[in-house]
Amino acid sequence: MSLTAVSIDNLGFSYPGQDKPCLRNLCLEIGAGERFGLFGPNGAGKTTLMNLMTGLLNIQEGHIKLFGQEVSRHQLSIRKLFGFIPQELSFYRELSPVENMAFFGAWAGMDKKQIRDKTTELLEVLGLSEVRHKQVEKFSGGMKRRVNLAIGVMHNPRIIFLDEPTVGVDVHTRHAIINYLKALNSNGTTLVYTSHQLSEAEDLCDRIALIDEGRILAHDTLENLLESHREEGLEGLFINLTGKKFRDN
Amino acid sequence: MQKLLATIIKDIRILTRDKLGLIFMFVMPIVLAIVITAVQNSTFEILNKNKVPLLLCNKDTGRAGIDLVKAIDKVGMFEIKTISADQDQAQISERMHAKDAVVAIIIPADYSSKTEARCKSIASKALKNFGMEVDTVRSGHDSLQPITLLYHPVLQESFRHSMNGALKSALQMVQSRLVLKNLYYSLNEKELPDSLENQILNNQVEINEIPVSRDGSRSIPNATQHNIPAWTIFAMFFIVISLGGSVVREKLSGSFVRLKTLPTNYFLALVSKQITYLLITLLQVAVIFSIGIWLFPHMGLPKLILPADITGVIIVSLICGWCAVSYAICIGVFAQTQEQSNGVGAVSIVLMAAIGGLLVPSFAMPQSFQFVMKLSPLHWCLEAFYGLFLEGGKLSDIMYNILPLLGITGFFQLIMLYGLKRKNLI
Repeated sequence: MSLTAVSIDNLGFSYPGQDKPCLRNLCLEIGAGERFGLFGPNGAGKTTLMNLMTGLLNIQEGHIKLFGQEVSRHQLSIRKLFGFIPQELSFYRELSPVENMAFFGAWAGMDKKQIRDKTTELLEVLGLSEVRHKQVEKFSGGMKRRVNLAIGVMHNPRIIFLDEPTVGVDVHTRHAIINYLKALNSNGTTLVYTSHQLSEAEDLCDRIALIDEGRILAHDTLENLLESHREEGLEGLFINLTGKKFRDN
Repeated sequence: MQKLLATIIKDIRILTRDKLGLIFMFVMPIVLAIVITAVQNSTFEILNKNKVPLLLCNKDTGRAGIDLVKAIDKVGMFEIKTISADQDQAQISERMHAKDAVVAIIIPADYSSKTEARCKSIASKALKNFGMEVDTVRSGHDSLQPITLLYHPVLQESFRHSMNGALKSALQMVQSRLVLKNLYYSLNEKELPDSLENQILNNQVEINEIPVSRDGSRSIPNATQHNIPAWTIFAMFFIVISLGGSVVREKLSGSFVRLKTLPTNYFLALVSKQITYLLITLLQVAVIFSIGIWLFPHMGLPKLILPADITGVIIVSLICGWCAVSYAICIGVFAQTQEQSNGVGAVSIVLMAAIGGLLVPSFAMPQSFQFVMKLSPLHWCLEAFYGLFLEGGKLSDIMYNILPLLGITGFFQLIMLYGLKRKNLI
């Protein structure tokens, strides 16, 4: 039997002052080593779910377990298990990639040698070796995204949560990021991924969940979903399940 | 330990790349210390060493008028420029506007005759009280015209009071001499000999000024001894601009999200910031004190004399620095934006400096401010430094200043922890 990486049971969450709950009775399981995509329109609850899985928000109802450990109970120890690549660039712009990785690596519990080796390896793979000592502030959007990814994966986490990791980057950077994620996954790392780029999902994810108004509308492999809803592509499936109404008004 | 070291290194790197923050932390207080010490030193020198230019218009031709001019000269405070007696008040004012002098004295034409008449009257009354027969003398009280003192509006009130006192002293000298001469003449029917006059009038008891110090040293406090500790404290607390801003920036930036998902408590980041900025405050002390010791003498300013208890200076600097750092982090934890942190931080430090006695001496504060003053941590910092620098005290002598400061620091730490807990940051 394959190991469960993420287990979500009856999860509910409301932001203070809002009438409608953001997430309602949400149940989901993600297996270890999976490439799992979370998709939905703006305001569907994807980022909230991501923040609850990573402990950035406190769980109000239900349970989330990462590799069998309750997120709300083992906050510090559970953080060693996952890496998080938030949508927002999450590093110190005043520092260089090497300086950022030295700091975040130490906070992730790595020793100096591990940090040095992993920094060299990641900067090489992500094409940042030549600018390793330059301040990130002066980097292009794509380079900053690659630094963001490098910091998030440097401590070899068992599961990586990626919240729109390729937003606003050019084709080359997107290609590099997707390829690197696939390489990580081939070594057993579980990926939980959100994006607006449906084509990326088709390329990257083994299994997807469509989420809207705090509920999971459907979740399965892409082939099964397309077949059961008689759609040819993910975009058609997306519109079919979530409707055509604008969600960010 | 590796985590803490990595965090301190990160904080130092970010700090050294924040040029504006460095200017606020080092350049601004150094400029303030130099400018304010220079200004206060020149005021001190005007009062004690340099002479104030004074226009003197003596419309009187009598003996008392001449004696009064001599008495004013003898005060030693003025550089007298005698001007023609036919000049009126408007002309003299015009010359003062042209910065010929900041003070002018006009002695009225009948000063000698009226003063002599008054002194004769006083002497007669005195003799009559002794039961002696004397000629009846008409009292001159009703018609004595005042001496006019004109001053430029730029002169500070304290300086004006000081001049007024000097002028009254000269007038008293002239009147006393005349009363004495009249008494002597009435009793002896001959003039008072000069030698006796000198013995009686110029034989005042001298005033021996001694600064009260705990270590028995008699070094006279100067503008440097007052200003260097005061502006060093101000500089330490002004790190709120850099440190408060750094906490807010970190909270608002994406890096904070990352920190919260790593297996390390955010409290470590605050410990690191406290250590880093405490080192910065100690560096500020070292830089500003060094300027006072080595640069000030080359600028014609008094040299900073360090107290004998150097350990005391180090400990007081550490505690003041820790208090400043705790306050800055409190501001950073509660501020929502960097603008809020900078605005509230800067204004509150200026206010606490004002009520704490950095801008106005604490003894000169109104009674109603005496309690508020004790709430300002800058007050206790200043009192502790003054206890060492001005009173020549040891660490044990300033414990009653250090304990409230530690209490305030503890309070800031608790508020900071409460803020972090409430915002779910630790």
